[in-house]
Amino acid sequence: MAGISYIRLRGFIRKEVLQIRRDPSSLLLGIVMPVILLLIFGYGVSLEPTNVPIALVIDEASPATQELKARFQLSRYFRPVTVHSIPEAVLLMESNHVDGIVHIRSNFSSLMEAGEEAPIQLILNGIDANRARIVEGYIQNAIGMWSERFALQTGRSYAPPVVIEPRIWFNAAANSTYSLIPGLLTLIMTLIGTQLTALVIAREWERGTMEALLSTPISSDEILLGKLVPYYVLGMIGMALSIILGVFLFEVPLRGSLFVLVLLGSIFLIASLGLGLFISSAARIQFVAAMGSVLSAFLPAFFLSGLMFDLKSTPEAIQYISTIIPAKYFVTITQTLFLAGNVWSVLLPASLVLLVMCVVLVVAARKKLGRRLPQ
Amino acid sequence: MSVREKAATKALLEANDLQVVFKPQSKHPIVALHGLNLSVASGSVTGLVGPDGAGKTTCLRLAAGLLVPQAGAITVFGHDVVREAEKIRPRIGYMPQQFGLYEDLSVQENLDLYADLHDVPMAGRDDQFARLLEMTDLGKFTARRSGQLSGGMKQKLGLACCLVKIPELLILDEPTVGVDPVSRRDIWRIVYQLVQEEGLGVLVSTAYLDEAERCNNVVVMHNGVKLAEGTPASFYERVQGRVYTISPTPNQSVRHLHGEILQRSDIVDASIQSGTVRAVFSSDSGFVEETGGKERRELEGAVTPVAPRFEDAFVDMLQQDGAAVEKLSLDGMQRTQHGVEQGIEERQAAIDVSGLLKTFGAFTAVHDISFSVQRGEIFGLLGANGAGKTTTFRMLCGLLKASGGSIHVAGNNMRKAPSKARSRIGYMAQKFSLYQQFTVSQNLRFYGKAYGLKRDALTRRLDWALTEFDMEDRKDVVTQSLPAGFKQRLAMAAAMLHEPEILFLDEPTSGADPLARREFWARINKFSQEGVTVVVTTHFMEEAEYCDHLLIMAQGQQLAAGTPAQIRQHAVTEAKPNPTIEDAFIMLADG
Repeated sequence: MAGISYIRLRGFIRKEVLQIRRDPSSLLLGIVMPVILLLIFGYGVSLEPTNVPIALVIDEASPATQELKARFQLSRYFRPVTVHSIPEAVLLMESNHVDGIVHIRSNFSSLMEAGEEAPIQLILNGIDANRARIVEGYIQNAIGMWSERFALQTGRSYAPPVVIEPRIWFNAAANSTYSLIPGLLTLIMTLIGTQLTALVIAREWERGTMEALLSTPISSDEILLGKLVPYYVLGMIGMALSIILGVFLFEVPLRGSLFVLVLLGSIFLIASLGLGLFISSAARIQFVAAMGSVLSAFLPAFFLSGLMFDLKSTPEAIQYISTIIPAKYFVTITQTLFLAGNVWSVLLPASLVLLVMCVVLVVAARKKLGRRLPQ
Repeated sequence: MSVREKAATKALLEANDLQVVFKPQSKHPIVALHGLNLSVASGSVTGLVGPDGAGKTTCLRLAAGLLVPQAGAITVFGHDVVREAEKIRPRIGYMPQQFGLYEDLSVQENLDLYADLHDVPMAGRDDQFARLLEMTDLGKFTARRSGQLSGGMKQKLGLACCLVKIPELLILDEPTVGVDPVSRRDIWRIVYQLVQEEGLGVLVSTAYLDEAERCNNVVVMHNGVKLAEGTPASFYERVQGRVYTISPTPNQSVRHLHGEILQRSDIVDASIQSGTVRAVFSSDSGFVEETGGKERRELEGAVTPVAPRFEDAFVDMLQQDGAAVEKLSLDGMQRTQHGVEQGIEERQAAIDVSGLLKTFGAFTAVHDISFSVQRGEIFGLLGANGAGKTTTFRMLCGLLKASGGSIHVAGNNMRKAPSKARSRIGYMAQKFSLYQQFTVSQNLRFYGKAYGLKRDALTRRLDWALTEFDMEDRKDVVTQSLPAGFKQRLAMAAAMLHEPEILFLDEPTSGADPLARREFWARINKFSQEGVTVVVTTHFMEEAEYCDHLLIMAQGQQLAAGTPAQIRQHAVTEAKPNPTIEDAFIMLADG
C-alpha cells in the first residue's frame, strides 16, 4: 500500500469542503435538518400526552366532587369539559372531542359517607390503545392523589378501585422528550453519516469525475480518508448542535460524561460514514444509493433502534434483526449517558459491538472503492 | 521555456494481443477488444479512429490503467498497467470523454485540485498555471465556476487540468466532440505545442476524420481489432485515382446530385463538400478506368479528379470490412423529385420566426433570432454545445414557451396554440426517447397509436416504417439490444409515422460515427426530396453542406445565416479560394 501523500489528501479534502459549502443540499441535510428534526420531535411529537380532553359527568355536587373536578381542571395533563349526562359525553367521545369520560354517580358521597366502596366510572377511547393506557394512568393518578388528600382531611379512608402509581426510572416525570432527544441524536447522525455520504461517491461516478480522479496518482486510502474527514466534521457539528439544543432548550439532563458521549458518537458516526460510502461505491447511481441508504440506515434507525418503539414489545424476529443495526446500540448509549450516567455495564458491551461494526463497515467501503472501472 | 532536445523517439506504450470482455459472466458478454496490438511513441500524436463500438475508449482506459485486460499485456513506460499502475499514474494525463471537472468549483480551484492530486510542488505552480491559462485563454475566467463555462472552455480547462504536471503520455478521449470550431482549433494547437516543446506522446481518439489527418500515426479500429495503421498519407494510396468532385449543373441542386450519385452501384462514398459532391468510386468501377482524369459527361456536371484524404480511405476501408453504410433504396425519389424541383416557385414558408427571445432568469439563452423555412427545405441550425440551438428548437416545437418574438409553424401561431400544429410535426429528441424494453414493432405501434393512427392506417404506416428504415428483420428485437445506428433509425421512424409535414431533428448525428452520419443524411435528403420540410440541429459544421439554408448560432445569437455558399463566401481569401463552413465559422467568430 502506497503511503498517503499530504498534498493529495489536503487537495481532496479542500475540494470536498468547497463542494459541501456550495451544495445547498448537504448543508440542508447536515445543519438545517437536525435543527428541524429536534424542534419537531422536541415540541411536536411528544409521546407523553398533555391537554388530554376528557368529559366530566358529575351527577352530584358536593365538596368532595368539586375538589376532584378542580384537580382535573388544574392539571396540565387534562382539558376537562363538564357535561350533564352520559349520553352527552358519549356524543363528545364519538365525535372525537374527548378521549375519556369520568363519571361520578349521584350516590357517590352517600356511599363514601357510609364507608362503602364508591366506584368512579372511567370510559376511555381505545382506538389508540397506547395513549388510552397512558391516559388511564393519569386519571387513576389524579383520583388517587385526590382520595389520599380527602382521607387525610376527613380522617376517613377511601379505597378507589385500584390506584396504580406508574414509576418510570430515570424519567421520573415520564417526560418522553428526555428519552427522545438522545435518541434523535442517533437519527441525525445516521442522516448525515449515511444519507449524505451515500450520494457523494455515486455523484462522482455519475458526473464522470471519478474516471478522471482514478487516473491520477490518488490512492484509494486517500479517497476514503478525503471523504471521511469532512463528513465526520459535518456529522460532529450536527451532533454538537443536537446536544446543545437538547441540553439548553429542552433541558434534557446530561448525567454521563460529555467526553464519553463524543468518543462513542465518533465511533457510531464513522460506522455510519463507512456504510454510506460502501453503499455509494457499490451503487454508483445516486438514486439507487439514496434508496439503499434509506432502507439500510434511516428506516432501521427510526423503527428498529428502540428510538420510537420499545424493542421488547416487537416480535422475536425483529429483535434479532435489530441486533445488526448500529443505531440500536447508539440509542442505548445515548439514552444511558443522558438519563442515567456513565453506566459502564451498559455502555461497554454496546460500544464494543459498535467498534466492531465500525471497523467492518469502513473496511468494506475501502474494498468496494476499487481503483479501476467496472468491467 | 526550454525546448527539449528532439531526442530519438522512444516507445511509451506497448500493447500486445489485448483482449477485453465486458460482463464476462453474463449470458451476452461484450467483446470490446479482440487481439489489439498498439504502440505509442514519444514526441508524436497517435490517433484512434473507428466507428462506434470499435473499442477506442476501452483502449484508452486500458492505457490509463482503469481497466484490466483478460488476456494480453499492456505496458506504459515499461511498467505493466495491471501490476504497477501506481508507477504509471504520476506520469500520465488522462482526459475522459465526459471530462471530470467539478462544476461547483471555479477554474482556479479545479486547477489547484489537480495540481494537488498530481503532487505538484507549490514552488513551480504559479508559473505552470500562468502558462496553461495563457495557452487556453482562460486567464480572465479563473474565478468563474466551471459549470458556467461554455462547452469549448470546459474542454480546454479539462485539458489544462491534465497538464498541471506535464505528463509524458497524454491520453485524450474524443477531446473535441461538440466543441465549437474555434475551441477545437485551440485544443489542437495546445496539444501540438506541447508535443513540440515537451516531447510528450499523445494517444487520442476522435470522431472527426479531419483531425485524424493531423495525427502522426493513425490506427483504424473496427469491432475491437486494428484494421490498419500508418501515417495519414499512407492511407491515400488505396483510394488514389478513385476520388472526384462533381459539380451540379446550373439547374440542379447539389443535394439532388448527391442523391443521384448515391444510387450508383459503383459508389463507395459520396458527401457534399463546398457545394460539390465528393465521390469515391469502387476500384472495379468502369467510371474510373474510362475517365482517366478527364471530365465526363455521364454525370452532366463537371467532374474533377482530386487528391484523396484520410476520410475517403477510411470509408473505403470500412466498406470492405462490411461495416458499410447500407445503400439506401431511393425508389420513391424519382417519382417525387420532379414535382419538388418544379414547385420551387410556388413554395411557401413552413416556418416563420421573428425576433425570437428566451430568457431564463437573468440569462438570455436565445436573443433575437429570425428566420423562415420554405416548404420542402432542409434547414440547419448550427452551433457549438450551449449556443442555444436546442432551446430555439424546443420553442419551435411548442415544448418551451418563448419569452418574446413570434413563431409560426405550418400556419399556426406556436405561442398561442402550440398543440394545433403538433399533429403536423414530427420531433426526434436529442436523447433517445423510445421505450428500451419494447421491441421495435411495439415501439412503432405505440407511437403510431399515440399519434392517433388506427387499424388500416396504422398497419400501412408500420409496414412503411419497417421497409423504409430497413428494420423488417429486426422488428421483434428488443430496442435495448439494438446497435446505436438502428436506434437512431427507429427514433426517426417513430417521428415520421403520422406523415408529418415538418420534421424536427435535434442533434440526430451527435455521438454517431462517420458512417452512421452519412447514412442519416442520405435519408434526410431523400425525405426532403419527397416534400418533407426538415429542421435539423448539429454541431458538425461540415453537415451544413447538406442544408438548403442554415443559421449559425453562437452564445444565443445569430452569427451568420444564408445558403451554405453564402456562408462560405465570408471566408473566401486568396490563400483559400474554397473554404469550408468551418473556416467561415472561425472567421466569423474571431471577428
